[in-house]
Amino acid sequence: MVTKRLALGILTIIVISILIFVGVEALPGDLATAILGQEATPETVAAFRKELKLDLPPHVRYFAWLGDFLKGDLGTSLANKRPVAELIGWRFANTIFLASTAAIISVPIAILLGLLAALYRGSWFDNAISTTTLSAISFPEFFIAYILIALLSVQIIIFPSISNINDQMSFWAKIHAIILPSLTLTFIVTAHMMRQTRAAIINILASPFIEMAQLKGLKRMRVIVLHAFPNALSPVINVVALNLAYLVVGVVIVEVVFVYPGLGQLLVDSVSKRDIPVVQASGLIFAAVYVSLNLLADILSILSNPRLLHPR
Amino acid sequence: MAFFRLLRQSPLSARIGLAMILINVFAAIFAPVIAPYTETEVVGDVWLPMSTDHLLGTDHLGRDMFTRLMYGARNTIAIAFITTLLSFFLGALIGFFAATLGGWTDLSLSRVVDILMAFPTLIFALIVLSVVGTSIGALILVIAVLDSTRVFRLSRAVAMDITVMEYVEAARLRGEGIWWIMRKEILPNALPPLVAEFGLRFCFVFLFIAALSFLGLGIQPPTADWGGMVRENAGAITFGIFIPLWPAGAIAFLTVGVNLIVDWFLKIASGLKD
Repeated sequence: MVTKRLALGILTIIVISILIFVGVEALPGDLATAILGQEATPETVAAFRKELKLDLPPHVRYFAWLGDFLKGDLGTSLANKRPVAELIGWRFANTIFLASTAAIISVPIAILLGLLAALYRGSWFDNAISTTTLSAISFPEFFIAYILIALLSVQIIIFPSISNINDQMSFWAKIHAIILPSLTLTFIVTAHMMRQTRAAIINILASPFIEMAQLKGLKRMRVIVLHAFPNALSPVINVVALNLAYLVVGVVIVEVVFVYPGLGQLLVDSVSKRDIPVVQASGLIFAAVYVSLNLLADILSILSNPRLLHPR
Repeated sequence: MAFFRLLRQSPLSARIGLAMILINVFAAIFAPVIAPYTETEVVGDVWLPMSTDHLLGTDHLGRDMFTRLMYGARNTIAIAFITTLLSFFLGALIGFFAATLGGWTDLSLSRVVDILMAFPTLIFALIVLSVVGTSIGALILVIAVLDSTRVFRLSRAVAMDITVMEYVEAARLRGEGIWWIMRKEILPNALPPLVAEFGLRFCFVFLFIAALSFLGLGIQPPTADWGGMVRENAGAITFGIFIPLWPAGAIAFLTVGVNLIVDWFLKIASGLKD
């Protein structure tokens, strides 16, 4: 089961890399003229095509690109002629830093709130929290971000509205700088995660074996810890991993709002500059992380649920 | 009439949601009548505060915020609506097709959709838009294709249950063509779950377009559009001028409204009484 899923995940990443590569090149219009503009002389276009290796057949270019990519050579940026790997490296680390800070705050909160909402289902607490999270998932990320800025950076000046970090800063200075973006992400991810956790646990609590345990007269705490929890583990782990995948992508907009030097910001900038090599490389990295986390979600839920290990 | 009976039984949250949607639709339809100025008219100084002349103040170029918000409702909602319709047309068509034909067609279509769904949509859209450039046509097409994968999944699953029914079998034995079966047998029976899904997909598409416009890659200025308006006025917030919160709030207002309705639909569909 696990190996099969693993192979499928790797296959997906390979197909995605082909899609990113071929998709970008097979789209209508010549890439070189599209970037240089209609006024470019034929010589410049020819030289540019050579630089992009557009004169070679597609499959040769794909394997050359993939080979270089795996070796860590991500090509050269069209905008500033610097190696893409150099542009991406520290930004990717920054993105991971931001996403993991948000994850560390949100995962425990979401699981706890989801558990409480499921246990006290239908109470005022459950209703209040369900309405709040329903609103939170309907809000665009930037709405929450600007409200936080308005409250915590303009009305009361505690946190900076621009999260500029660099290597010279100490760890705590960095944390202080990214408080607002990580709060924004936390808010959204917690809402999603909490709702799904609640649904997963309600699902478990409705199963016959829980009813059986209750009818036997077991204590409520014992039913939850020994009967419900082990069975809820698999769906909850799945929910967490899926939402972490969402977090990695949701980071793009938040980075733009807070001008945070991350991979998402770079991707958006490169798209508007049509800096194709940077778009390809950062797009592939985002996709690979996303697919891997989805893969992890599936594998963990297979491992934590013995029934899934033995398919019929 | 069934609609009104349903409405009378609806919970308060669903009624509030409906009212929120109606306000938006009203603003979108009657924008030229309600709005005191025209869409791109410069009427005063930059970032003026709220006043009787300018109900919500003015934007970064001195255009009336209230007017832009009304026209924004029109452009943003219309584009999201067209995109969702297109996405449903594509997704349902291919989904029914896969379910009715089965076999290799179904298998290969499903695998293609699996791969497209494994890809984070925002990243995919950004990559495609970096090559084809940003135009409203490209935007609608890219998002509709990406979103139709979700519609495909649902309509295929629903149609799968219908194709095993006796009446479809009878139609097949009668020698009806695949188009006839899809149109006359599957579509009418698959409609209710698809309609419920429409609200959810609309929300997603609407937020997606708003996000792309906010990133400067969606609907381009000077067309009034909520996501783009947040981006244009974002700088004001550090001066303590909260004008970007209006369009951002408008987006949130509409999506909360749609979600309240969808939530109610889902509760009816799942048969939960609490």
